Amino acid sequence: MKCIKHPVLARRLAAASTFTLAALMPLGALAGSYDLVIDRQPMTIDGKAKTAMTINGTIPGPTLHFQEGEEVTVNVTNKLDVDTSIHWHGILLPSSQDGVPGISFPGIKPGETYTYRFPIQQAGTYWYHSHSGFQEQEGVYGPIVIEPVNREPFKFDREYVVMLSDWSAETGDRIFSNLKGQSDYYNYNQQTVGSFIKDAKAKGFGTTLKERLAWGGMRMMPTDISDVSGYSFLVNGESTDDNWTGLFRSGERVRLRFINGSAMSYFDIRIPGLKMTVVQADGNNVQPVSVDEFRMAVAETYDVIVQPREDRAYSILAESIDRSGFARGTLAPREGLAGEIPALRERPQLTMADMSMASMGGMDHANMAGMDQANMAGMDHSNMAGMDHSQMSAAAVPNNDYAPGSGLTPSAANGGKFLVYGDLKAMTPYADYRAPDREIELRLTGNMERYFWSINGAKYSEAEPIRLTYGERVRIKFVNDTMMSHPMHLHGMWMQLDKGNGQFNPLKHVVNVAPNTTLTVDVPVDALGEWAFHCHLMYHMASGMFRKVIVEPPVAQTAAAL
Amino acid sequence: MTVKMRYQAPVGIALTLLTLGLTGVANAAEADDAFMTKLMLDRFELRDQAGGEEIGAWEGQFNLRTDYQGLAFKTNGERLSGGPTESAEYQLLYQQLVSDFFDAQFGIRYDNQPGPSRTYAVAGVQGLAPYFFEVDANLFVSDEGDTSARLEAEYDLLLTQRLILQPAAEISVAFSDDEALGIGSGLSSAELGLRLRYELKRKFAPYIGVQWEKKFGNTAEYARDEGEDIESTAVVLGISAWF
Repeated sequence: MKCIKHPVLARRLAAASTFTLAALMPLGALAGSYDLVIDRQPMTIDGKAKTAMTINGTIPGPTLHFQEGEEVTVNVTNKLDVDTSIHWHGILLPSSQDGVPGISFPGIKPGETYTYRFPIQQAGTYWYHSHSGFQEQEGVYGPIVIEPVNREPFKFDREYVVMLSDWSAETGDRIFSNLKGQSDYYNYNQQTVGSFIKDAKAKGFGTTLKERLAWGGMRMMPTDISDVSGYSFLVNGESTDDNWTGLFRSGERVRLRFINGSAMSYFDIRIPGLKMTVVQADGNNVQPVSVDEFRMAVAETYDVIVQPREDRAYSILAESIDRSGFARGTLAPREGLAGEIPALRERPQLTMADMSMASMGGMDHANMAGMDQANMAGMDHSNMAGMDHSQMSAAAVPNNDYAPGSGLTPSAANGGKFLVYGDLKAMTPYADYRAPDREIELRLTGNMERYFWSINGAKYSEAEPIRLTYGERVRIKFVNDTMMSHPMHLHGMWMQLDKGNGQFNPLKHVVNVAPNTTLTVDVPVDALGEWAFHCHLMYHMASGMFRKVIVEPPVAQTAAAL
Repeated sequence: MTVKMRYQAPVGIALTLLTLGLTGVANAAEADDAFMTKLMLDRFELRDQAGGEEIGAWEGQFNLRTDYQGLAFKTNGERLSGGPTESAEYQLLYQQLVSDFFDAQFGIRYDNQPGPSRTYAVAGVQGLAPYFFEVDANLFVSDEGDTSARLEAEYDLLLTQRLILQPAAEISVAFSDDEALGIGSGLSSAELGLRLRYELKRKFAPYIGVQWEKKFGNTAEYARDEGEDIESTAVVLGISAWF
């Protein structure tokens, strides 16, 4: 296995912790070769045993340290009895190297070694994972760290990858078939007679009955937060008990590269006792913003810098948004320490604000019954959000990531600042920022009950590809007609997340589209070829929330070539 | 099971469509169109009737389908403990998703019981109605030309996450007499059930409950003439499971 070859980074990491360096390659030979072997092996994590899929024998796979400007060669050997693939998530590369079977290439057959070759044209924190079947759920994922050519615009003394993931004793195939067989299979937090009595005591019998009828009329459940539960949440492959630990010396600036490599789980991240300064999102530098907590959609990455000063352990807490558990790691001045693990917060419930008119199916009385409640919930949240911002020196950014009154709107555990998308401003203005040439509306749709998901009402197997022209600037307007959040991921090109920051709109490879909201992104169409574009929730993607994007040369250029 | 092949057309159509569908599964990129199977054994129970008779009863369904269409095989019946099978019904249906929550179903039904057997053409809908009522509503036309309808509905009331009380109702209406089967025109029979199950796992739950059945109108008259009870109440003990 190829390891770190950048001396500065290598020193930093060697000093940092338990990394062992198998080889140090000379700087300057900017052409690294890396070997990954995908295999099946029995693994037990957090007491949950299964025959998992590993990369080079571990979950996650090894951290690939690339350098901007490097020409990388990655040999991926398939020791499974089924096809596999590796997709380089967030990496700009030729479409033939993107690793999506059926789009970029045919996939890697059992026993075959496939060689990827691509230049590294960017820096930051990314990851890689299988794009075949449910192999990502089984363990085929790992971090990518790319060292920039130029000096980074922020200082840090040491760094750690913090890769979050969800681990199940069940196979992905089993989870998918369970969801198909009964869409609420994993929801053990449903409304019961007991919760009715409790709610009736709190809100009154009439209100509670109206709410129940409103949801019942739609055949939807306010308790439907995450499709899958029963997971153990991991930090760098380690359970809460295993307690992954990163060491620090008091006063050092520690850079944490958070990657949400989960199949299905969103996390709220906090480190009690420390402010986190967000410096990168999805690998791209952003203007530093100090927060107490932030939410990670599936497949996003965030780099934060923290400065622990006390001689004690700090818990890195990633609380799943359905509040079913923590991924927990620790920052500590020495090995063997553990910080406190607080109680899980109350599980959120969806409100009528999370239901779009489309998903309500035009039930007027349902709307009306729910609306009072939604507005009340909205008031609470806006008050809390207001308090958060008063603590901040930065201008207050309203949280419009969620529908007004949404039950999913997060707030920080300590009452402090919770990151919102509007806080993310690119470090440098985008040179070619301009009005889009055209707009494409993509409605995120699905059938909750039968568990299949779609875009504009059509599954991947039913849909024509989205055709874009090289050089154009396309605005994509996501309209979420479902009651679930969808982390939408475009391969090969950036999405400039439009939260009104103009040429400082940040570049992202995944954007979260909350229930009953509209989100726009601008895509500079700068990569020819065929690309995948999909919801990164594994079982949404598998059941149809997926499109092929074809980027074609402009007509004039095509004609000239002939 | 021995199905009289009097209604070959619907089965033929269904099988042809299935074959067409299956050829599309080869491409992994189109896994969102794959076939799924689900075998549900809703009821597999012993009924201890007030009159003293013990009856075994079953009700189940097997689906082989994509998200949009496929086949459904339904069966239900009753058998006297140690005795003959009192009634056994089999349906083979083509089903097509027609809304977010409902399938339309067409096919054949074959009933085997002491006395004459019957084959029916079936048309119906099955799915989840507003307020979470599971509904199965069907029209039947028998090979004797008699038309009847049946509506089944059930509701899951969660006492806790795993302890679930399920009221269920079934109403049968005949539009003409089928004297040989003892079915008279009009409301012919009704069943009410109340089952309390405990989901040890999502896919396996033992239950206890009560089942009440009554015949009405001409159907009740026929039953009286044969010296049969027109009403019965039973304590039931059973399991439900799916795979």
